[in-house]
Amino acid sequence: MHTVAKLVDTSTCIGCKACEVACQEWNDQDFTISGFDGSYQTLPDLEHNFWNLIKFNELSREDGQMTWNMAKYQCMHCVDPGCLRSCPAPGAIFQQKDGIVDFNHDLCIGCGYCITGCPFDVPRLSPNSKKVYKCSLCSDRTAVGLEPACIKACPTNCLTFGTREDLIQIANARAGELKQDGHAGAGIYNPEGVGGTHVLYVLKDAADPESYGLPKDPKIPWTVSLWQGPVKWLGNLLFTGGILGAFFHYLRYGPKPTGDEEGSDA
Amino acid sequence: MASLAATFGRGAMTNGWTDVANTDVVLVMGGNPAENHPVGFRFVMEAKRHRKARLVCVDPRFNRTAAVSDKYVQIRSGTDIAFLGGLLNYALSHDRFHADYVREHTNAPFIVKEGFSFADGYFSGWDEDRQRYDKSTWEYERGADGYARIDKTLEHPRCVFQLLKKHYARYTPEKVASISGCTAEEFEQVAEVICSTGRAGRSGTILYALGWTQHSHSVQLIHTAAMLQLMLGNIGMPGGGVNAQRGHSNIQGATDLGAWNMLPGYLKVPRANWTSLAEYNRANSPKPLRPNSLNYWGNTPKFLVSLLRAYYGEHATHRNQFGYDYLPKIAEGATHSWGYLFDEMYAGKKEGLISFGMNPVAGGPNSIKMIEALGKLKWLIVAENFETETAAFWKAKELQEKYYGEVTDPENVQTEVFLLPASCFAEKDGTFVNSSRWLQWKYKAVDAPGNAMDDQEIISRLFLKLRELYEKEGGASPEPLLAMDWSYANPVSPSLTEVAREISGKDVRSGRQVPGFGALKDDGSTMCGNWLYSGSFTEAGNQMERQGQSDPTGLGLYADWAWSWPANRRVLYNRASADADGKPWDETRAPVRWKGNRWVGDVPDYKADAPPEANGAFIMLAEGVAKLFAPDFAEGPFPEHYEPAESPVENLLHPNVGDNPAALKFSSDLDPLGNAEQYPYVAITYRLTEHFHFWTKHVSATSELQSTFFVELPQALAEEKGIASGDRVRVTSARGSVEGPALVTKRMRGLQVAGKTIYQVGLPIHWGFLGRVKGPLVNNLTPSVMDPNSGTPEYKGFLVNLEKV
Amino acid sequence: MPSDVEVTRRGFLKTGAALATTAFGFDLQPARAAARELKIARTTQTHSICPYCAVGCSVIIHTLGDRAKNVKSAVVHIEGDPASPVNRGTLCPKGISLKQFVVNDQRLTEPLYRAPGATAWKVIPWDEAIDKMARRIKDSRDRGFEAKDARGRTVNRLDNVAIIGGCTDTNEINYLLGKFRFSLGILTYENQARL
Repeated sequence: MHTVAKLVDTSTCIGCKACEVACQEWNDQDFTISGFDGSYQTLPDLEHNFWNLIKFNELSREDGQMTWNMAKYQCMHCVDPGCLRSCPAPGAIFQQKDGIVDFNHDLCIGCGYCITGCPFDVPRLSPNSKKVYKCSLCSDRTAVGLEPACIKACPTNCLTFGTREDLIQIANARAGELKQDGHAGAGIYNPEGVGGTHVLYVLKDAADPESYGLPKDPKIPWTVSLWQGPVKWLGNLLFTGGILGAFFHYLRYGPKPTGDEEGSDA
Repeated sequence: MASLAATFGRGAMTNGWTDVANTDVVLVMGGNPAENHPVGFRFVMEAKRHRKARLVCVDPRFNRTAAVSDKYVQIRSGTDIAFLGGLLNYALSHDRFHADYVREHTNAPFIVKEGFSFADGYFSGWDEDRQRYDKSTWEYERGADGYARIDKTLEHPRCVFQLLKKHYARYTPEKVASISGCTAEEFEQVAEVICSTGRAGRSGTILYALGWTQHSHSVQLIHTAAMLQLMLGNIGMPGGGVNAQRGHSNIQGATDLGAWNMLPGYLKVPRANWTSLAEYNRANSPKPLRPNSLNYWGNTPKFLVSLLRAYYGEHATHRNQFGYDYLPKIAEGATHSWGYLFDEMYAGKKEGLISFGMNPVAGGPNSIKMIEALGKLKWLIVAENFETETAAFWKAKELQEKYYGEVTDPENVQTEVFLLPASCFAEKDGTFVNSSRWLQWKYKAVDAPGNAMDDQEIISRLFLKLRELYEKEGGASPEPLLAMDWSYANPVSPSLTEVAREISGKDVRSGRQVPGFGALKDDGSTMCGNWLYSGSFTEAGNQMERQGQSDPTGLGLYADWAWSWPANRRVLYNRASADADGKPWDETRAPVRWKGNRWVGDVPDYKADAPPEANGAFIMLAEGVAKLFAPDFAEGPFPEHYEPAESPVENLLHPNVGDNPAALKFSSDLDPLGNAEQYPYVAITYRLTEHFHFWTKHVSATSELQSTFFVELPQALAEEKGIASGDRVRVTSARGSVEGPALVTKRMRGLQVAGKTIYQVGLPIHWGFLGRVKGPLVNNLTPSVMDPNSGTPEYKGFLVNLEKV
Repeated sequence: MPSDVEVTRRGFLKTGAALATTAFGFDLQPARAAARELKIARTTQTHSICPYCAVGCSVIIHTLGDRAKNVKSAVVHIEGDPASPVNRGTLCPKGISLKQFVVNDQRLTEPLYRAPGATAWKVIPWDEAIDKMARRIKDSRDRGFEAKDARGRTVNRLDNVAIIGGCTDTNEINYLLGKFRFSLGILTYENQARL
């Protein structure tokens, strides 16, 4: 089966924030009115009730001209998700067959391990519900064949939704166009350290993703790698308090929770 | 819009949003579409992506449009005419203009009367005593046949082309740079890109908005842009045009239907000296200036009589000149624009004001004057979705005073105020006209909340009550009121479909809807509420509801989507996309093509079956061609760089004439102007992408995106003043002050102008003393100085001081 | 609906839940609860146009219920209409938050009246408001109406009352406002287009 992805072509982002509001609206988030922090950016960072943030970066170029980079930031839906690897609550984090990494909040125990496990610093713990939240890639919309809310809203076609294969092709073609257009360093962002992502970026300067607010070489922390091995087993035991549960879980899924098994009818 | 109407014939965006995708070069200047029209801006991005179009952004601030531009130049607010005049000079002196187009489709060959001149900042005819021009030397030389004389070789020393060339020869790159604050190199780089469209086969578009209209010389500014596009051959071309991005969902429709001194369809409200219908028709049916001019305004009598028939129904007869006398007549020379309205109100000369969804206290210039003026009224009626600063102006003392000086205590405000809850867009049907002139019908989705009422019902109930009072009690001249036709099926709340049919018009005898304005007559046998919209609701039904997708030319015309005025034409002046023989300048971008006996493609802006050589391409103008030289304006037939009314420097072109000599200024005690000694910084006001005008401060989502008013200022200035981002600063003009946190940015820098460093300060407008988020009214600072032609205030480029609080 | 789509989570959750039940004897809530129902699955869709700037984006207004007699509709969501060649489904941040403009606790729902010198609004009934306003307009018109000017020419004008507005009113309402204006003889009629 094809996996889905979204593509962010940062060369066409105008920082209009339609994606931010589309996300907030679709997910019926509470709107919190914060103070002024000296920037055009809506909030300094993602919040438990704000899953899609455009980061604004003002940079002076060598030729004295300005660059104002704007890039949308949200869950990257990693091919190998650190959050999922580190989650001790069975089923709280899962990866759909289409690649979407989503949370089941009924099962989330609020331990926050996924926050540590995420190399992109995306999941956020809600102080109210004590559960962790992030972008679901609008799994309720994609499930019925609709594009995610942010994708639909984007006026400049900076955002595209499609199969990951198609989008990688489009992204490469677009990077090629930018190269022809004088941006020799243009390229795509699809970091290897997490096995690639289901959110892809086209950057004018692919060697410097940090200027777009993206980590340069994201990797799942070694503690999580250890955790996903035999230690997780032990952790499960502590967390669930159900020896059998953990045991069956281990038997059923093995140490790697991102199994490829076909779902039975639900 | 005053500018485009005079230059091309119609006051509207020439091309339209979808057409922008056809362009090769986009000049964004006096607008910030990435922020204020993000969805319209998508066509710029399409042109960039699919046509490799270049985007040039010229603006006082490096904004979000600049962020995705290929070339950005920072200039001083209010120096656009210098910059555009420089581009005209560059095109002429580097032979980068489209000579065949200019010869065929503009008044470049027209010969101007002897006696026309320009020297030391004044055109010929300046009357120092009356502070206005005598325009008698700004006319064409006429032949014995009454037509204007022309020289198609463009060599006659008094032809428009030669006069223009001479006028702009002063606008050298160095001069432009020293006025605008950019460098000559930056200017020349831009000029190369823009002027690359000055030949067949390339199109360039200009996108502008309020950054151009809000100056004391705005109409001339836009005329300069129109002249540039004519010189480059970009009018009538797909991907070309001068595209005004209007800021509200239906200001286009509101003006089409007769705001200001206009009746619907840009027919003039009668003047007192046009004492009869015949005199009105004589004064408003121009004579053609060339034998081939189609001179469409010659049809004025048909449009006016059809309108009078719609207004006065059975009361409009041959015997009473179709009710012509019922219409109000304006005194000769009188103006009733915004500045005068509030100046007279402040002077106590107005008793009442009715506001349907406007907020002058927040949106008008010089808020303190707005507030004090409203306090002089006997009564104020406001219909709104939310409580606005205008309806609640009497609360300003309590809620807003800290931002400026004294206002009157509510106890001493004797104005009686009615605030009426109106339904919003989703709660009623009807049509909005977008910037592309598309009339798009919308449907009602829900009922209005509580006892909120539809606007059509508020208006109708007031009308019917007034009619009842006059019928019962008599009073001053009830006739115009009693004669006005209101015979709707439901007069208390007319169906908007029924009104839409009336606007489009019908044949009175047969009762059938007319197919278009070609069917209108001046004998009273047709009625039509707005000739421009005639054809929008035909026997085939409501054309504005259409949602067809076809686009056979691939040019994004979408002829079956909604309905576009006039006559469902999508690209205005499209006849100019072809040469004298009807051959398209660009075979890949031909909106219309001559097929030997008719034009195909878009609805031709021309007679559908007239051969290419029959008429001029600009059918609304008496010249038949577009006007580079336009005697219509108050301050000259050619645009000249004038400084803003409050300027930090002298005018480098003519130090003795600084700002626009014809600018509209007021002299009340609340109208002081500041000087550069006290107020050294240039201020501009603008919108942010996060908000819409003064509405979305009531909306949580947008308030979350940008909750706080801020002052955007260059890093160099901030360092000079010891201000860091987030520090509270006070900005003061001669009229008032505002306070808020500083947003210090490298995106704005000091500009070198006339040998000194000039700093600009940015002020987003969206806050007020009511709403989910609150902040100061930025218009506390702005002056009531207006463009003399359009009456638009100078919100950009006024002087302020700035201090850390 | 979600059941149409093949996702590993279905099997995963079901198995997980069944397992938990088996192991612990309690239900971890039905797995389906994890997937939110599509909130616009059964709404009524109405085509409209955004009332903000003049790009003229088409929107779809999703309302509760199917317009049956006994339903009180409410706006639950607004998003872009892909049919429009202008916006093709896209919107800006203002447009995408239109629901909050329509459904907003700050909306006016009753006519309000402020008497001369008063420091607060007072709710008044519509009929009383219409009566009072018509009376004010008539009084001002009777005082200020000029049927003939100083030179005896018929001018039928009123210059002590002005109208402003119309920028977000539909064409049809603007047209009616024009008829209202000219029936009274009002000369000053300003619009946001000026500013």
